[in-house]
Amino acid sequence: MITVLLVALGAAIGAPLRYLTDRAVQARHDSVFPWGTFTVNVCGSLVLGFLTALPTSPSVTALLGTGFCGALTTYSTFSFETLRLVQQGARFYALVNVIASVVAGLGAAAIGLLLAQAVD
Amino acid sequence: MTEQDAVPTDSDVDLHVPAMRSEPRVPVLAAISAGGIAGALARYGLATAWPHPPDGFPWSTFVINVTGCFLIGVLMVIVTEVVTHKPLLRPFLGVGVLGGYTTFSTYIVDIQRAAGEGAALPALSYLALTLVGALLAVYAGTVLTRAAVRR
Repeated sequence: MITVLLVALGAAIGAPLRYLTDRAVQARHDSVFPWGTFTVNVCGSLVLGFLTALPTSPSVTALLGTGFCGALTTYSTFSFETLRLVQQGARFYALVNVIASVVAGLGAAAIGLLLAQAVD
Repeated sequence: MTEQDAVPTDSDVDLHVPAMRSEPRVPVLAAISAGGIAGALARYGLATAWPHPPDGFPWSTFVINVTGCFLIGVLMVIVTEVVTHKPLLRPFLGVGVLGGYTTFSTYIVDIQRAAGEGAALPALSYLALTLVGALLAVYAGTVLTRAAVRR
C-alpha cells in the first residue's frame, strides 16, 4: 500500500515537471526539433540509470524510479512528435529525433551507472 | 486557423500553438499531476502483474508504451477536431495520464540491463520493436480516429 502511495507521489511531481521543463526549454530555444521532450527523456534516463545501479530500497525505487522518472519521461509525446515531424515534411528531424533520443538516453543511463559505481 | 497551427508537434505543450502559450497555470498543473498519478499507477499495476527477468523481453513496458502511443493519437484528434473547448482535457489525459503511463526512462534502462546481461538480441529487438510499434500505433490512433469522427 505504501509503495502505491510512493509511486503516486513521485508521479504527482514528475508529470508537471515534464510540462514545466518542456515549456521552459521551448521558451528559450525556438526550434523545429523537440528539445523539450528530448531534455526530460534524457535527464530521466540518467536518473533512472543511476538509481538502478545502486542498491536502493524498494521504497526509493517506487518513489524516484517508477513514480518520478516514469512520469517525467514519456514515450507517447516522443512518438507523437516524431509522427508530426514526418507529417510536416521534416523527415530529417523525425529521424534525428528517434536516433538522438535513443542514443542520448542510453548514453545518459550509462553515465548514471558510472556515477552510481563511483559513489557506491 | 490552419491545421498546422491547431495541431501541435509536441502534444505536452507547444509554444508554436497560440492557445498553449497562455494556459492557466495552477488548474493545468493540478490536472497534469492528477493525470500523472493515474497513468503511473496503471503502469505500476501492469508492470507488477507482468514482471520480466533482466535478460528477458520487457513485455509489460512494451505493451504500455505501444498502447499509450495509440491512445495519444486518438486523443490528439479528439482535442483538436471534436472537443475543442475543454481546456483541461489534453493536460489531464495527454500530458498527465498518457505521459505518466508511458515511460522512456524504463525503456532505456531495460535495454541497458539486457545488454549488460549479455542478452544482445532481446535488447536490440526490444529497442527496435518498441520504436516501430509506438510509431505505427500513434499513426493508427490518429488515422482511425479521424476516419471515425469525419464519418
